[in-house]
Amino acid sequence: MPVSLTIDGKQRTLAVAEDMPLLWALRDIAGVTGVKFGCGAGLCGACSVLVDGQRLFACQTPVADVAGKAVTTIEGLTGQPLGQALAAAWEELDVVQCGYCQPGQIVAAAALLKANPKPDDAAIDEGMSGNICRCGTYNRIRAAIHRAADTIKA
Amino acid sequence: MTTPIATPSRRAFLAGSAVLASALVVPLHRALSSVPAAQLAANGYLAVLPDGAVSLALPKTEMGQGIMTALTMLVAEELGLAPSAIKVSIPPADRARFAPIDTTTGGSTSIRELWKPLRQAAANARAALVDAAARQWKVMPDGLTLADGAVVNPASGKRLGFAALVADAAAHVPTDATPTPRSAWKVIGKDTRRLDSADKVRGTAQFGIDVKVPGMKIATLAQSPVFGGKLAGHNTAAAKAVPGVADVIALDDCLFVTADSLWTAKKGLEAASPTWNEGANAGLDQAQVVSALDAAVAKPGVTAKAEGDLAQARAGAAKTLEALYHQPFLAHATMEPGNCTAHVTPQGVQVWTGTQVPSDCRAAAARVLGLGEDKVQVHNFLMGGGFGRRLETDMVERTVSLAAKVPYPVKLVWTREEDIQHDMVRPAYADRISASLDQAGKVTAWEHRIAGSAVMARFLGDKFNGVDDDAVDGAIAPLYPAKARLVTFKQVESAMPTGWWRGVGGLRNTFVIESFADELALAAGQDPLAWRLAQITDPRARAVLQKAAAEAGWGKALPKGEGLGLAVLHIWDTCLAAVAHVKVDAQKQILVPQVTVAVDCGPAINPLGVKAQIEGGVTFALSAALYGGVTLEKGRIAQSNYNDVRPLRMNEAPRVITHVMPTDNAPGGMGEPPAAVIAPAVANALFAATGKRVRQVPLQAGFEAA
Repeated sequence: MPVSLTIDGKQRTLAVAEDMPLLWALRDIAGVTGVKFGCGAGLCGACSVLVDGQRLFACQTPVADVAGKAVTTIEGLTGQPLGQALAAAWEELDVVQCGYCQPGQIVAAAALLKANPKPDDAAIDEGMSGNICRCGTYNRIRAAIHRAADTIKA
Repeated sequence: MTTPIATPSRRAFLAGSAVLASALVVPLHRALSSVPAAQLAANGYLAVLPDGAVSLALPKTEMGQGIMTALTMLVAEELGLAPSAIKVSIPPADRARFAPIDTTTGGSTSIRELWKPLRQAAANARAALVDAAARQWKVMPDGLTLADGAVVNPASGKRLGFAALVADAAAHVPTDATPTPRSAWKVIGKDTRRLDSADKVRGTAQFGIDVKVPGMKIATLAQSPVFGGKLAGHNTAAAKAVPGVADVIALDDCLFVTADSLWTAKKGLEAASPTWNEGANAGLDQAQVVSALDAAVAKPGVTAKAEGDLAQARAGAAKTLEALYHQPFLAHATMEPGNCTAHVTPQGVQVWTGTQVPSDCRAAAARVLGLGEDKVQVHNFLMGGGFGRRLETDMVERTVSLAAKVPYPVKLVWTREEDIQHDMVRPAYADRISASLDQAGKVTAWEHRIAGSAVMARFLGDKFNGVDDDAVDGAIAPLYPAKARLVTFKQVESAMPTGWWRGVGGLRNTFVIESFADELALAAGQDPLAWRLAQITDPRARAVLQKAAAEAGWGKALPKGEGLGLAVLHIWDTCLAAVAHVKVDAQKQILVPQVTVAVDCGPAINPLGVKAQIEGGVTFALSAALYGGVTLEKGRIAQSNYNDVRPLRMNEAPRVITHVMPTDNAPGGMGEPPAAVIAPAVANALFAATGKRVRQVPLQAGFEAA
């Protein structure tokens, strides 16, 4: 059964089973591969997307649950001021290594900053605890979130 | 058919492939003639294109370690360019193009192998351009410089862009130009941001798993849960009843389902409900593996190193210590699960994947399909983590086996569970180590017996002599001199398939040796730092040890339940020391709030990247040091996802303080060393904090049992 939703500002109708997780509807059907598959079990955060400003694990969200809603992925987020600030901070602090988890990290950081524009270290650690980075870039992610928060405030 | 190329390089690749014939091309092997062959394990391709652009086809692969940036910096230095001005591409696999050198990326070898030849090639290109400009201007080449893609005559102020010089320069390329001396470096040794960030932070970087080929289906697979088992039965009709499922393909030890999405393929696979003949390994448990390892170190194995008279050195000793250490099988659990895309046609096969071994993948696909390598194209991509997992070709082999049986391109993706349960894991090891001390606490006799799977044996075949040279790396010549030394290795295989894991042999040896060094210091009644400094004669190792200790405040008073521990190594041509600060809470949870690292990796091509490797390597390996280990239960891996293969999360990750100490030594590797040093530093800090010596990884489980 077709499911209609907005993906990064574009209205899309996807011919998918309603119980297909949003992750696969995005990656395999809609072709939005900026959203990453890491665990398929809500454990790693690589598939994070924003729906109504809230971070969701796309691998745990049936596509029917977001019918009619606006889904923002890393690809759309980085076209917005908040996403641009985060991307710039990530680049300035040379955060990425392999880079595979970073779209999910940046989406999670955006949700964090929407809820708490000036988080301290503890709030960042808490807000980012759903995201795994195997390369171990956590120190720089934390610093980049502070940098982005400062940029947006300025 | 489209040929997706990693995003940062797509434009460069397309440009380069069209015009190489008329470009000033500097094949690396020409530049290598002055370099001893033994130092080389890679080859590359550098070109100045007719439009004046400089292109570099990466001879090594990018998996996060920053080699794309560091290698480009070497070229940029010689050619007077910003690294970002060079067009970097990830080349398709082509062993002949890069011959005689392999394109494998692993073992912290990239900079060590390419440091001389790549700068030599770029220096030759530079000299050719300068000479061409001198001929045009009818001046002597001395004094001409390069800047912003042009040759400049400072005396006259004249400039000639590379484009105007390429044709003439290409006919006169020297082989022995002198690379820029250290005193004149403008790029090497300067903090340089990665070249691949922009796409990676916007979700536009293309990893192997992101490949899109027109008409492609997406597949997943189930392999026999028990190693060595065979497929007994499955229900094709039930799988095909799932809307979106295309085909069900069975091999003797594996079942594939192809579909419109990975989720649909997975549903189809569940519906197919494969059953298995589990075979001879169905009763195998971890305890049997460990028993076999323990038995193997009860006596010496095959000699890796023997010097001096061990019995004599022991005879007069004041003290002799012996200890048994254990390390587990480790999964790689790269964030990007296993995947590969292939399309088999009558003309040959196209393969798209992210790999550390592009040439081996090409050979593997050819072997599986019974084709010549000329019929196989392997397009390589950025990797969502390598850590040694992508040194294997099993993903390509599985994928082309499937692709040969379907008429469409197919992307095969491992679920996370399948990825972990069919990893090629870091071997489990037992080490029995003993040492004798004289009255002053100096080592007289040293014996180290190592037992485990020999990964090298799989690659060497009949040439394997009984000693895994990687597994004994760092053990045959440790930092601690002794009058007599015996180091042995005993190969002990189980059903578990094994492979390399970041830190490789040096990591396993550093855990044992640096933990045992603290035990020896204690036996000698000395402080761990003081004892090491009394033993270690290697000046570079002493320097990083003293630096890390000083920066970490070694010797300072700490609250009860806290401690500092150190470890030092000199492997991969790098000296690195770490001091870990450990706290133990009331629930016996080991916390590592801070790690201080000092490194001498020679000139440190990109200090910003060196720091990233230290921060990342420490954190990556700390996950394994505290919680790592997959176990065999009834012939299968008991763990399956990030809940039981547990990487550290942000709140658990240490603050990593790095001190890069640039020296004139030849450049050393930086991927492995930071990973290799953390487990013993934490084990030693844990002892300082609690008085408990934990001789096993994972440390948390060992501490709880202590």
